[in-house]
Amino acid sequence: MLLSVSDVTVQFGGVTAVADLSLQVDRGELIGIIGPNGAGKTTLMRVISGLVRPTSGSILLNGQDVTGWTIDRRVRSGLALAQQIVKPLATFTLAENVALACGSRRMGSPWQAMTTVDRNAELQRGRELLELVGIAAAADDYPSAVPLGYLKCLELARALALEPELILLDEPLAGLNQAEAAQMADRIASLVTESRSIILIEHNLREVIRICPKLFVQDQGRYLDFGATEEVMANPKVRAAYLGEGAI
Amino acid sequence: MAYEVILLTTMAIMVLFALSLNVITGFCGQVSLGHAAFYGIGAYVGAMLTKAGWPLLIALLPAAGIAGLIGFFVGLMSLRVRHDFLAITTMGIAFLFVGFVRKQEWLGGEIGISGIPAFGFGRIGLLVVALACAGLFAAVTVYLKRSWMGFGFDSIADDEDTARILGIDVPRFKLWAFVIGTAGAGVAGALYAHHVRYIGPDSFGFVESVTVLAMVIIGGIGSVWAVALAAAVLSVLPLWFQFIDDYKLLIYGLLVFAVMRFSPNGIAGALQSFRRRLR
Repeated sequence: MLLSVSDVTVQFGGVTAVADLSLQVDRGELIGIIGPNGAGKTTLMRVISGLVRPTSGSILLNGQDVTGWTIDRRVRSGLALAQQIVKPLATFTLAENVALACGSRRMGSPWQAMTTVDRNAELQRGRELLELVGIAAAADDYPSAVPLGYLKCLELARALALEPELILLDEPLAGLNQAEAAQMADRIASLVTESRSIILIEHNLREVIRICPKLFVQDQGRYLDFGATEEVMANPKVRAAYLGEGAI
Repeated sequence: MAYEVILLTTMAIMVLFALSLNVITGFCGQVSLGHAAFYGIGAYVGAMLTKAGWPLLIALLPAAGIAGLIGFFVGLMSLRVRHDFLAITTMGIAFLFVGFVRKQEWLGGEIGISGIPAFGFGRIGLLVVALACAGLFAAVTVYLKRSWMGFGFDSIADDEDTARILGIDVPRFKLWAFVIGTAGAGVAGALYAHHVRYIGPDSFGFVESVTVLAMVIIGGIGSVWAVALAAAVLSVLPLWFQFIDDYKLLIYGLLVFAVMRFSPNGIAGALQSFRRRLR
């Protein structure tokens, strides 16, 4: 088991954002997490990545309990996160943004970082990854000079640069038009390998249903369903959560 | 000749002091308003040791070490705060240092330490040591900037949350910046103590912290050569033109204001955009 989320609860003051959720992810899986607004999807993602500490429950990555680990430690252990709101390093070119991620493992120790100067291999790898996600032409541009679609691709390239076993993608299709969203969705699906899994949070149900073999559904912070996409989408409770009780 | 030697020594010490702050504020983006405290720690450690018979060249090591060690703990305490809160926290360190030294009889209290031994190789010898230390520290910081550590510092200065998401151990990098920067300030302080041969708590107050920060800002945050240039010029201006000394803070303030208004990246940024226009 690559990832095991067990009985996770997250409370912000008196508000329970995530209640008693459990999720298991094997290697080579592409799992879509869906749910209406306020379902707690992003909170669950932030708990898995280490940006939010759960009130209770545990997270195991590769069998290791990472519940108390910081995000950078989880990243160096095989996890990558692409956030809903793109956050490029504004003073770095796109190639440098990716190169930094390529070299992140040598950043685990400041001493190692201090004694290493050469960046050419990482910059080259950064350009290759930008080409893979289709934005190689903008490699030397700064984030402020490229459109949102490019920045979404940059997030993906940076996540790949970390050579992760598990990639968490938070609404990578948000803000993209239909054609761009379809292209990005295909790209995401093509990144799943035997050793790499992806968890995708997305509101674009059409694309999620198209590319994800399995879905995990949340509503108001609680578990609703988990299983093969067709079965989950046929579940009346899921349809009710999305379309309202009267629609079914 | 003696006057020029004094000017150059002052210049070299201030360049070292400003470059040490540049590692923390310029490279790593951590605003410090209490850097003079570490300058003071180095000065007191150096003065006490040479008064106890240590040669200055040896005393520079504990001056750097103790300033760096205290810098480590201050850095550790500052990890949970950012931006304005970090500035206020570090400002508190400056006041704490002065308040502590004032009450310590063994450190000379309010009166300070006088009769600090002259450097064995005379004023020119001290100038050579100061120039060597400033040059060495400048070379180290240029190297740091080019290394992966500099790459990491840049990312933290840009956006530390994103740096974390890219796997960078932000707290450890910040601590290294604090240790390197405060150790450099410690050496500058020890040299200063042997340059003026008298130190008191007021030599390392909040005004000195703001003055050195002004040098970094005017030079161009993060640029080694521009910060060195700004520190060299601004440190000797009051000595060249006596009337400036009375209005030093006013002039520094106006310069910082002008930089913020017209070239937020300082001299380095202004020259860079000038070069871009020429192309």
